[in-house]
Amino acid sequence: MRAANHLTLPRALHPGAWWLWALGLAVAASRTRNPVLLILILVIAGFVVAARRSDAPWANSYVAFLKLGLVVIAVRVVLQALLSTRSQGNTILFTLPLIPLPAWATGVKLGGEVTAEALLTALYDGLQLAVMLCCIGAANALASPRRLLKSLPGALYEMGVACVVALTFAPQLVTDARRIRAARRLRGRTSGSFRTTAMPVLEGALDRSVELAAAMDSRGYGRTAQVPRNQRRITGGSVLLGLLGIALGVYSLLTDAMSFPIAATALAVGLLLAVGAMTVGHQRVARTRYRPDPWALPEWLVTLSGAIAAGTMIVAANRGVEGLVLAGPLVVPPVPLVPVLGLLVGLAPAIVAPPLTRRRELVAA
Amino acid sequence: MIEFDRVSVTYDGAAGPALREVSFSVPEGELALVIGRTGSGKSTLLRAINGLVPHFTGGTLAGRVLVNGRDTRDFRPRDLADVVGIVGQEPMAGFVTDTVEDELAYSMESLGIAPDVMRRRVEETLDLLGLADVRDRALTSLSGGQRQRTAIGSALTSHPAVLVLDEPTSALDPQAAEEVLAALQRLVHDLGVTVVMAEHRLERVIQYADRVIEVPGGSAAVSTGLPVDLMVTAPVAPPVVELGRLAGWSPLPLSVRDARRAAVALRSRLTDLAPRRLIAVEGPELAHCEDLVVAYGNIPALRGVSVSIRAGEVVALMGRNGAGKSTLLNALVGLVQPRSGRATAAGADPRRTKPSQLVKAVGLVPQEPADLLYAATVADECAGADSDFRVPAGSCRALLDRLAPGIDVQMHPRDLSEGQRLCLALAVVLCGAPPLLLLDEPTRGLDYGAKRRLVEILRELAAGGHAVVLSTHDVEMVAEVASRVLVLAEGELVGDGETATVIAGSPAFAPQVAKILAPLPFLTVGEVATALEQAS
Repeated sequence: MRAANHLTLPRALHPGAWWLWALGLAVAASRTRNPVLLILILVIAGFVVAARRSDAPWANSYVAFLKLGLVVIAVRVVLQALLSTRSQGNTILFTLPLIPLPAWATGVKLGGEVTAEALLTALYDGLQLAVMLCCIGAANALASPRRLLKSLPGALYEMGVACVVALTFAPQLVTDARRIRAARRLRGRTSGSFRTTAMPVLEGALDRSVELAAAMDSRGYGRTAQVPRNQRRITGGSVLLGLLGIALGVYSLLTDAMSFPIAATALAVGLLLAVGAMTVGHQRVARTRYRPDPWALPEWLVTLSGAIAAGTMIVAANRGVEGLVLAGPLVVPPVPLVPVLGLLVGLAPAIVAPPLTRRRELVAA
Repeated sequence: MIEFDRVSVTYDGAAGPALREVSFSVPEGELALVIGRTGSGKSTLLRAINGLVPHFTGGTLAGRVLVNGRDTRDFRPRDLADVVGIVGQEPMAGFVTDTVEDELAYSMESLGIAPDVMRRRVEETLDLLGLADVRDRALTSLSGGQRQRTAIGSALTSHPAVLVLDEPTSALDPQAAEEVLAALQRLVHDLGVTVVMAEHRLERVIQYADRVIEVPGGSAAVSTGLPVDLMVTAPVAPPVVELGRLAGWSPLPLSVRDARRAAVALRSRLTDLAPRRLIAVEGPELAHCEDLVVAYGNIPALRGVSVSIRAGEVVALMGRNGAGKSTLLNALVGLVQPRSGRATAAGADPRRTKPSQLVKAVGLVPQEPADLLYAATVADECAGADSDFRVPAGSCRALLDRLAPGIDVQMHPRDLSEGQRLCLALAVVLCGAPPLLLLDEPTRGLDYGAKRRLVEILRELAAGGHAVVLSTHDVEMVAEVASRVLVLAEGELVGDGETATVIAGSPAFAPQVAKILAPLPFLTVGEVATALEQAS
């Protein structure tokens, strides 16, 4: 067996596999508003992150996304409380002072009676969005964004480099701004203007970009691009267009935003464009890749577990299995057996993804 | 390997050429050292080697630069990437990826080198530069020396015949500088790489150089020669050379080891003499820390530091990069919030003092002096400082003229040389006449002349009743100016005492003169000269 196929030999999993798994969980979350299932997904994602994350700076992003999710829920619930009407139910929890609105805002009500149904619906809706955010957070925590950009197809190489540079510069800008604000205190100033804060930060950023460009030029960046600029742009553009088509197709297939034939056509055309352009683009790229992440058994298993979780939920939703949609906001949420089992498959990466050690071992690429 | 044939460089819009009629050649396998004042055109010369000047920077290059037979006129920097590796002044600024291993592989990827070759070379380079332990680490988590070695490694993996380095050790503490220089030594000796390096810290590098290229700046001609020959007359020279000149040794020693062997007679002449030192007149206490604990998140920066600083002292703060030097200075101006303990400056808690009042008591020149400067011209900056500190108009300008005479006040602060910019920041801070002056690494990028002026100014300030605290890696500067040395390690104060007692005994911190004359208690060439004069 190839070394990359071992499940227990420590190595970093392909970032694409992590993203596919996380997207599977997010799709699963999009199919239900049952809080039991949603929280189960949250726990699954959290467990896998805890089991397989590295000690890199981005590995904390699950917590950051969790906090963002809580904010989303809070905003949703507060807004619902303010704008609550009796349309969802009659169980009044409390009454807020009613704020009179001008005549042109008829139909909108600010304050007044707040019903339990409205609040719970808002809570569940917010929870769904928060869980989907957390799935993205899990992918972020498990896969280095840069490694993902590194595995971009050759036709998108320039764009990938631009993103990588931006990823470095954004945190640097924050550090700079902080340092310059601190320095203002040393001049005895308490408040600053645009000129005294933003200007030095921008100047610093400009200096650094010039420096980086010089470094990249001296290290051979762009020396292999002998393809005419127009052709390069056309390939890059087609890849992007293709990816857009794929995204559109998948989105409409999942959400029924478009009729099935149109969505399927968008998906097919997108796939064709992207794959075609990537093949053309790949032929002219003379750069090589250092230790590309292998795609082997663990990657397949991780992707599969995400796909099973998503698939179970999609099929269950289509068949109308009970428990995915609540009968009413106030009922005790049921625990549907099959979807729960399907979701639990999503836990597999905690075992089948190879563990990380501080030092990566040799991997046959 | 490298040939400059009557090369002149003129940048667009510049009044005169940055380099004029430069001709020299560096044969294969040599280590050439480029010296000269700040702003004399050293960086221009280095960047001309791989064609960044003029392909990237613009401007006009007359004459011819040949590298390994390739003319930079016809080859762009990227086409020379397999021949010339270049490492800039600030390694972080040149990093494209985020981990050590990826960074080492980057230029090979661009050159399209086969994956198996790439893999082997990365492993070899990791071992060659001693980076194997940190191969997976994020570049931001590395120490200064590790970063510099990674930058060198990333230039090396494409197996260039020439390696160009711009001030590779100026921002490093003495230990990290040793690491980097040892790595360069191996490259030159074992692999036959041709190295061209610019460096102000001659005391660190002169002994390794096979050839010195002196760029005097202005219209004077560039001269090249053997280090020993050039050092006899060079206006800038490390202490070991100055001591050699004073004692009349011939041939002139360049390393501490050679000097020690030549110094037997000098040591016996000096045996009964003692250096005359100015004893600091200790005035009232100006700053005080008591059991100061500072942490960033869960990373401790200071673990219980207690120290007291009095008027009339010049205190040097030493220690590795990341030992907590900057944090201590920042705590004294209230830029960081202590976890526990107390820091007071001029009797008040700096966190609770209004900035406008605080600047009258304590002034800090930060590591990046440019952070203090906002205005578009030097003249505006000075006027702004006058109004910030509520002093009569023209005060800052007068201070600046004393610190660095001859600055064109219509220039943008960013266009000044590093030394001039520091002087401007210093003038701005001194404008408020704070009794306590803090300087965070003031000697980075300063040449010997600018350092000498800084020493004079600091001495004057101390004599005038100011207290000065400077954090620095520059042991020679410490020996010249400091009356007391604090050594920080891992956020703890591990040494505190008179300069002579703290630095003379330490292998890392001892200045060259102390190493040469040990066990005699001399620290600087000046002390030796005075003692000899008195004796005769």
